[in-house]
Amino acid sequence: MSGAVRIRIEGKIWPALAKRAPQPVLGKIDLDIAGGSFVVLTGPSGCGKSTLLNIVAGLDKEYAGSVNFDQTDPAMTYVFQSPRLLPWRTVYQNIALALPEGDERLVRIPELLQRVGLAEAGDVYPERLSLGMQRRAALARGFVGDPDVLLMDEPFVSLDDPTADALRRLLIDLWKSRPTTVLFVTHDRNEAVTLGTRILRLDGTPATVHADTDVALARDDRSDRAAVMQEQQRIFG
Amino acid sequence: MESSAWRARLVWSAASLVALLLVWEIAAVVLDSRLFPGPLLVGKTMFAEFASGALTHHVGATLARVVVSFVIAMLIGSVIGLALGSSATADRFFDSWLIFFLNLPALVIIILCYVWFGLTETAAIIAVSINKIPNVAVTVREGARALSRDLNEMALMYRFGWWRTLRHVTLPQLAPFFAAAARSGLALVWKIVLVVELLGRSNGVGHQLHVAFQLFDVPMILAYAVAFIIVVQIIEIGLLQPIEARVNRWRR
Repeated sequence: MSGAVRIRIEGKIWPALAKRAPQPVLGKIDLDIAGGSFVVLTGPSGCGKSTLLNIVAGLDKEYAGSVNFDQTDPAMTYVFQSPRLLPWRTVYQNIALALPEGDERLVRIPELLQRVGLAEAGDVYPERLSLGMQRRAALARGFVGDPDVLLMDEPFVSLDDPTADALRRLLIDLWKSRPTTVLFVTHDRNEAVTLGTRILRLDGTPATVHADTDVALARDDRSDRAAVMQEQQRIFG
Repeated sequence: MESSAWRARLVWSAASLVALLLVWEIAAVVLDSRLFPGPLLVGKTMFAEFASGALTHHVGATLARVVVSFVIAMLIGSVIGLALGSSATADRFFDSWLIFFLNLPALVIIILCYVWFGLTETAAIIAVSINKIPNVAVTVREGARALSRDLNEMALMYRFGWWRTLRHVTLPQLAPFFAAAARSGLALVWKIVLVVELLGRSNGVGHQLHVAFQLFDVPMILAYAVAFIIVVQIIEIGLLQPIEARVNRWRR
């Protein structure tokens, strides 16, 4: 299974701004992420989870250390906290733009739209959709290019519970049919246990890994609220 | 719903226009002066000029100058605006240049161009363009400053490359700023073109106004002014507004 990631971060410091002294945000972080695993990054807000994700994404290059993949130039996609769809392109066009021009996978978009429940919304501009539907479109865009590594930064935040639950099931569904390494940031412990195979807890200033636990709950048992609660207790105390 | 609202607007515009003409005609009859002709006389003059072909010739010449200098100003102004909007250093350095050119009177630029380049077509076009470029640059600079970093990161992650990023991410964000620059630009450019023609061209609406002024031929002055207003309005309604509606169709 490809998609393994080796993270060796020595540190990351926000440079000094006008009146603010330089702020260390990440400390020493050594992580080996197995290919095909679903790793959840948790921790208090503002502790550096998104920063770590941006470093893995290659969007943030101002840090000491290295991030390596087990293949050269892996396909990597990012589902952001806000959907970040192009408002002047239709849902279909937004997803199609994630693929190179004339790519053979373009023909799969209608089926993918169907799976995420947007079969009727392909020709609609994103701002005419609800936030939940925009997030579905962003999810479809994240999967259409068969990513080896999928980065997700609180992609279901500020949705109502039933909508978020439906999207989580959809995510697991897509992930099962097309396994990929997922790095998923959330501060929602219930969501972490529902989705992850491994949960990392980031904390401190600068942030380091405070806990690293494998989730001992079978996939099929995760719709069982009591079992999820119990596992949540075990992992987070 | 939309078409009936449009019709209502049309009725209102027509009514107010008729009222204006009526007030104007009454004032002309009351004043009974050679120097204040009513709309009927102006209309007659306009028709006579049109029938002789003079009106089409001169309005055409002016329009050609407007189009050429407008396009040049939009292109150069946009490039400058984009450069200043995306580089803080360049912006800091060139900001005072921009303020200088923004405040340089149009007349000074026109006179200097004629003095330096002679009374030529090129000098006329350059003069009008230079007058307009700073306005376009300032407007587009605002747009470039407001470009979304979020969408840029998205384009980076999904490997858009520079051409797709420009076409699908950057230009659509700048479209409202281009539209604003184009609108205010057209209004400014055609006024300056008239001055340029008045000072140093032997055709165009500005030149005709100059001739009519020397003869104190007020009906002729108004005939050309009204003809030009009509042409500009046709461009505004027939070209600029549809383009604006098209680039904004995704808005909710």
